[in-house]
Amino acid sequence: MAIPSPLFSYTGGQRQVEVESESLAVLLKVLDARYPGMRHRIVDEQDRIRKHIRFFVNGEMVERLDRVLGSEDEVMIVAALSGG
Amino acid sequence: MADPVTLLVGTRKGAFIYRGDAARKNWRLDGPYFLGNIVNHLVADPRDGRTLLMAAKTGHLGPTVFRSHDGGRSWTEARQPPVFRKVAEGAEGRSVESVFWLSPAHSTEPGVWYAGTSPPGLFRSADGGVTWEEVAGFNDGLYPQIKHAIVPGPDGAQVHSICVDPGDARHIYIGISIGGIFETVDGGQSWRPLNKGVAADFLPDPSFEYGHDPHALALHPLNPQRLYHQNHCGIYRLDRPAVEWKRIGLNMPKEIGDIGFPIVLHPRDPDCAWVFPMDGTEVWPRTSPAGRPAVFRTRDGGASWQRFDNGMPAQHAWWTVKRQAMCADRVDPVGVYFGTTSGEIWASSNEAESWSRIAQHLPHIYSVTVA
Repeated sequence: MAIPSPLFSYTGGQRQVEVESESLAVLLKVLDARYPGMRHRIVDEQDRIRKHIRFFVNGEMVERLDRVLGSEDEVMIVAALSGG
Repeated sequence: MADPVTLLVGTRKGAFIYRGDAARKNWRLDGPYFLGNIVNHLVADPRDGRTLLMAAKTGHLGPTVFRSHDGGRSWTEARQPPVFRKVAEGAEGRSVESVFWLSPAHSTEPGVWYAGTSPPGLFRSADGGVTWEEVAGFNDGLYPQIKHAIVPGPDGAQVHSICVDPGDARHIYIGISIGGIFETVDGGQSWRPLNKGVAADFLPDPSFEYGHDPHALALHPLNPQRLYHQNHCGIYRLDRPAVEWKRIGLNMPKEIGDIGFPIVLHPRDPDCAWVFPMDGTEVWPRTSPAGRPAVFRTRDGGASWQRFDNGMPAQHAWWTVKRQAMCADRVDPVGVYFGTTSGEIWASSNEAESWSRIAQHLPHIYSVTVA
């Protein structure tokens, strides 16, 4: 999956990471276990994706965390424009 | 010679630390720290003299708290930042948009901190900022009762000015913009409004118990019965156990008025305070009145005020100083400091008698505190 630059401090600068997961929700749990604190920065406490964060799966924007994932799916987190 | 003073500066684009020499004449800049982060508050722990807590977020990433135990050289993120309780699907749950304010708790409670957030929430950490829990008496008790009166400003509604009584760890005052001042005497389980006598020109009924707009609240460390506050509608003083504020801002020069964001107290003299007035006329420019910045000082509890602008620009300085962006050190004579939204830091080492600019070209300054 693709990591945007605002999250490099969590991944140690890695732009691409491999995660095995059956859904976006589980993927976020796995990411948070691997990179503690990351999930909270991109998804709030009510499980809402933060205002300037977008998730794409195979190029299509996904708005729900219960999106099922397959082993070949490409997930991209995008930090959208957030002002000057 | 006094110990050197360190200024902790939070800006819209990161944090900076200015370390002064013993004379408070020369300042060394360290930073930026977390360049690009929105730093609402950067505060030192007076109980251990080494811990710093920073309230930060970015344009993309949600709010969190960072802490340092080595003067800012290294930082660790909170394991559990302040968050509201997760509600059941379909119910209306709140999310912390920003951590706006950080206050160390009582001197007998090492490691305990409070955080105020936007939207209005109050949180407590018992482990030096590693994990944060909701203060349920506020978030689930007071807030639902008063939320109809809470109005967000341009940056949302916030809990700020968390003031712990030095004589009683369970006695705490807070300000909510817009919402009013509230007090607890049981460590946050129950709250009562404390706004009597305070103007609220934007409310239809001046006798409302809450819904006011305190911009900054401070209680005196040596005389915690003495409180001051700078409100959207004036400058006030309260001497407990009285409950009715007295508008001491009416003693300010009429052409200046008594509108502003910060109010700063002298560390040893409960009758001495400093304010930085702003233009609150017509459309509320919130700049220095007439573009002529000045600090005003009272030495008699607000009965009279004196203007100090020696060293500041005489004209065309359209500054705004936000509520966290003015502070005083504990040296004798007291040093007073403020940061502007235009990225300048101004300092006085003689209780406001004269001023010099110690920094410029910084980002929009949100907070200036003394370490």
